[in-house]
Amino acid sequence: MVTLVLPRLLDVSGASRRSGSVVERNVAALKSVYWLLLVSGFVEPLLYLLSIGVGVGALVGDLTLPGGELVTYAAFVAPAMLASSAMTGALAETTFNFFGKMKYMKLYDGVIATPVRPFEIALGELAWAMLRGSAYSAAFLAVMVLMDLTTVARALVAFPAAVLVGFAFGALGMMLSTFMRSWQDFDLMGSAQFTLFLFSGTFVPAEAYPSLLRWVVEVTPLYRAVHLIRGISVGTAGWSWLPDVLYLLVVLTLGLLVASRRMGRLLYK
Amino acid sequence: MTRAQPLIQARGLVKRFGDFTAVDGIDVEVRSGEAFGFLGPNGAGKSSTMRMVGCISPPSGGELRILGMDPVRDGPAIRARLGVCPQLDNLDPELTVRENLTTYARYFGIPRRTARARAAELLDFVQLSERADSKVEPLSGGMKRRLTIARALVNEPEIVLLDEPTTGLDPQARHLVWERLFRLKQQGVTLVLTTHYMDEAEQLCDRLVVMDGGRIVAEGSPRALIERHSTREVVELRFAAESQEAFAGKLDGLGERVEVLPDRILLYVADGDAAVAEVGALGLTPANVLVRRSSLEDVFLHLTGRTLVD
Repeated sequence: MVTLVLPRLLDVSGASRRSGSVVERNVAALKSVYWLLLVSGFVEPLLYLLSIGVGVGALVGDLTLPGGELVTYAAFVAPAMLASSAMTGALAETTFNFFGKMKYMKLYDGVIATPVRPFEIALGELAWAMLRGSAYSAAFLAVMVLMDLTTVARALVAFPAAVLVGFAFGALGMMLSTFMRSWQDFDLMGSAQFTLFLFSGTFVPAEAYPSLLRWVVEVTPLYRAVHLIRGISVGTAGWSWLPDVLYLLVVLTLGLLVASRRMGRLLYK
Repeated sequence: MTRAQPLIQARGLVKRFGDFTAVDGIDVEVRSGEAFGFLGPNGAGKSSTMRMVGCISPPSGGELRILGMDPVRDGPAIRARLGVCPQLDNLDPELTVRENLTTYARYFGIPRRTARARAAELLDFVQLSERADSKVEPLSGGMKRRLTIARALVNEPEIVLLDEPTTGLDPQARHLVWERLFRLKQQGVTLVLTTHYMDEAEQLCDRLVVMDGGRIVAEGSPRALIERHSTREVVELRFAAESQEAFAGKLDGLGERVEVLPDRILLYVADGDAAVAEVGALGLTPANVLVRRSSLEDVFLHLTGRTLVD
């Protein structure tokens, strides 16, 4: 038993150590310009919150949620902005940056000559992407609490949920990047991302859509993410968060596995 | 593992890319402490072989054992003990020269402190200490090459794989690289390199194989290959007339082989001076005569032909 389990345990610690070395590389490469990028990723959802949540919200008035709760429009929009910023932050890192590193910088061609395996590269890059995504989420939650859009306790629960959202989208983005042929393909992805951003129950409750469209919207990942975080931040979660969490975990696992498999095929020529 | 067991052992090794067979069933054995060369024109299958040995390209057929292990199953364990200097530098452009070494060391799980010490040592070894904090981009080709070699040594590998280590370098840079590789060899590191420079193979390799079209066409030490596939000396004759062909006929039977090139005639002979005397006795007066020892280049061109391959 020991001889069977021990090597596997050692391997897990070895794998996480090697993934860690991939994160370390990104820390070493972190330069001052990057901080500007980080700031822009935080400011964008904040601008949406202020312009649409607060601005348009003044015209829209309060909203009644399916559960019967009455919330301000800003409180309705804010969790959706949090979910989308977690998505955007993770995607930026695992699509543009990851693709550039793999295809143009040929960074991983050097890494695969070491004991580090494609799965460990994928995991390391994803963990790194999440450091960025989580920073956005934490800052945004702080703003929500300050604007009285949620409570501190709910914000503390919403944080890990936002991190999970980031992980799932990060893995998804990484998987898509391994299928990208050139930068042009990213335009398509950008459009898809914006469509998700507009129609995932972000600005309008999905219940307002015709039933067929509503079904389509409800299976998209950003809708599940918004549903999860909104449930937590306005306090209507109940057990309805469970399918959302499971959904995101499946996306995360699938994305990571497909990404590392594809990387193996692209790199081990 | 016993000492006698080869570090690298390939039997009938094959690499296919779709319909194209890059490596077509080669047998190779590399022993501990030797410098082994793969020589061949472009497209001979040298790099594909190196990638398979480096465990970053799964073989399509045949048998391959490295350090007694299977490259597909034990890839990470083997790679931990290899140093790889690929044909195209893939240094990390976002890091400094020093960070390229320390970061790479971390991929091998080398502790930070050790990594820093080793980076300093290696930068000294490849004479890049002064550029330690520079970015990679502004470095010259020779410097990048040296940095890539230093990076390949960061895990104190037992085998160092060098794919065309000096291609594109100026003579000074080449000689510096050769000298460093020679020192590694003296330290007992096993070197495996590919090259199409004959002088490089003659300088560095104890043993080599000549590859052409994915197959091994000759094998042995540089000296043995010259003895087997060429003559001791070569006489180069240049005639003033436009066509060398006119004279070639008269030289038939002189030496082992006569080769006519557009600008000169090569006589492959055992004794160069004697051959020159015979040419004089035939009443021929070449504008220029050169007697030289046969080189690996003669072997190479004889075995793989003079036609340009790309």
